Amino acid sequence: MVSTKQERVTEIVADHAGREGPLLPILHDVQAAFGCVDAETEALIAGALNISRADVHGVVSFYHDFHAAADPRPEVQICRAEACKARGVEALIPAAEKAAAGRVKLTTVYCLGLCSAGPSARTGDRLHARLDSAGLVEVIENAR
Amino acid sequence: MIIRISDDALARALGADELAAAFASKGHEVHRTSSWGMHWLEPLVEIAGMGFGPATLDDVDAILDGTSPKAIGEIVEHPFIARQQRLTFIRAGRTRPTSLEDYERTDGWTGLQRARRIGGERIVEEVIQSGLRGRGGAGFPAGIKWKTVAGTPGAQKYIVCNADEGDSGTFADRMVMEGDPYALIEGMAIAGEAVGATQGYIYVRSEYPDAIRKLNEALRLCAGIIAPFRCEVRVGAGAYVCGEETSLLNSLEGKRGEVRAKPPLPAIEGLFGRPTVVNNVLTLAAVPHILAEGGAARYEALGMARSKGTMPIQLAGNIRHGGLFETAFGITLSELVYDIGGGTDSGRPVKAVQVGGPLGAYIHPDEFDIAFDYEAYTAADALIGHGGITVFDDTADMGAMARFAMEFCAAESCGKCTPCRIGSVRGVEILDRIRADGREADSVEVLPVMHNAPKTGRLPEQEVALLTDLCETMKFGSLCALGGFTPYPVMSALKNWPEDFMPGREGAVRKVLDRNDA
Repeated sequence: MVSTKQERVTEIVADHAGREGPLLPILHDVQAAFGCVDAETEALIAGALNISRADVHGVVSFYHDFHAAADPRPEVQICRAEACKARGVEALIPAAEKAAAGRVKLTTVYCLGLCSAGPSARTGDRLHARLDSAGLVEVIENAR
Repeated sequence: MIIRISDDALARALGADELAAAFASKGHEVHRTSSWGMHWLEPLVEIAGMGFGPATLDDVDAILDGTSPKAIGEIVEHPFIARQQRLTFIRAGRTRPTSLEDYERTDGWTGLQRARRIGGERIVEEVIQSGLRGRGGAGFPAGIKWKTVAGTPGAQKYIVCNADEGDSGTFADRMVMEGDPYALIEGMAIAGEAVGATQGYIYVRSEYPDAIRKLNEALRLCAGIIAPFRCEVRVGAGAYVCGEETSLLNSLEGKRGEVRAKPPLPAIEGLFGRPTVVNNVLTLAAVPHILAEGGAARYEALGMARSKGTMPIQLAGNIRHGGLFETAFGITLSELVYDIGGGTDSGRPVKAVQVGGPLGAYIHPDEFDIAFDYEAYTAADALIGHGGITVFDDTADMGAMARFAMEFCAAESCGKCTPCRIGSVRGVEILDRIRADGREADSVEVLPVMHNAPKTGRLPEQEVALLTDLCETMKFGSLCALGGFTPYPVMSALKNWPEDFMPGREGAVRKVLDRNDA
């Protein structure tokens, strides 16, 4: 298991060889491949790029998109920024949390760029807008 | 029959893909175009110039046989479109986003061709002449920035496009990237020509998967046209602060997205310490038009005072006719909110409008005659920012919105400077105490040894004075706009709607604020 992970990380780092400032693109690929960037992977990346583990960890922990541990649950991102608040997203949250019930991971994001048609949500690369309570519950129930 | 349906992320979020498939399955040719920007009508179906929206799968047959009640008539004659002065969004709704054929047919690349003929010095002159100012928020003259980069020696220079559009209530960058990606790329190539840079980076936020996909496709298709200029998309990782230019540069370099102190200016020591142009999507996308024959003079003739040209204004939040409205500077908020936007979507009275994203001031309807102009907003302790307008109806709790502004700042602060990192957390606490009617003296304060501590706790009006002080410190002591501008929404909410902070005791709030003004 360890060796395959190491191979995969080495592959990803090699994919980005020669790019300027390759760390973020590498971390995105690692996050997509393993669902997280854990301490072991941080060390592997640090070794491959010849930077310190602290440097890699500092970057991983700074950005919301990178996680230290994988979460197997499907994720639904709900926008709770000003424009969606103005369109009533806060009133939908209790029903959303009930529908998620631990099976689905609900995350708050600040803005999906659909500000004239909120409340909005995202599952994977699929966006949903003009959601009412029933609509959001449906998105959450269908999240796989 | 040719059916035109947008493939903009907003239209897709509302079922445009399913709608397109339904028309295709009936044997029609479906063209996926950019969005016209009339978001309340999305998904909008266009047949021979006539529009139908918002369309659902149930409307397909009626639209095809011409009996649909969703018909809005000819799209270009719709008042929302007819009233606009579109330059940056000239192709919106009219072309297929990544079609090179459509782009060339609509005067694409003519700005770049002319730029290559006239050379760097004259490009910079024309951009200065046009009066184009940075559309990201700061409003710095683009031509002056370019001139600095052009005049700084360096073997390698960069053009960086700031496409980290994190402000709530803004989506114009997204619409350019998804709807007219070549315009942005052409603008970057022209900037490269002007300053002698051969490498560009577009830093796009990860919340915009459609924009990332389309930009990558567009860059692949036009690589030969923009060569020797090269350009690459880089994806952000969910940090709002990376929309600040120095933080963005750190992120591009593969570091934590922490803000850098200025000077040195990025124009002199930017990406990897080299001279770098950092401009917003809208700034760069306006450039091809300016560089076309006579474009600079045409651009300069629009607008008012020192705000020249057009601004793509984004109507968002609780508004009936939300969407993209590009017009010359000088339009008033009341025209935007009532005449064009049609008031609130809920039908209730407008309570507040936040202009310029999460860091912009909340403006009261009494002040809606303010003209859209950088200097006019600055004078009113507000900002245009990226041109987003978020409307709230009378159910909004402005005390809660002020608290959210501080909470957002605390969540997104990069942590480099103290006023922002700690001030925002203290701001949330103070706002909670104001709304909870002050606080009691705590168990340590009442100890006999604490001679200097007040024994009576703190009244809410004393907390208001504390908040005012804190906001002053954040405004003048923060390194960047995140901590520096968070006081705008907080203080404007407090000033305009004191009843949402201390119900029944508005007078006490006003007294504190007046004392501070004096």
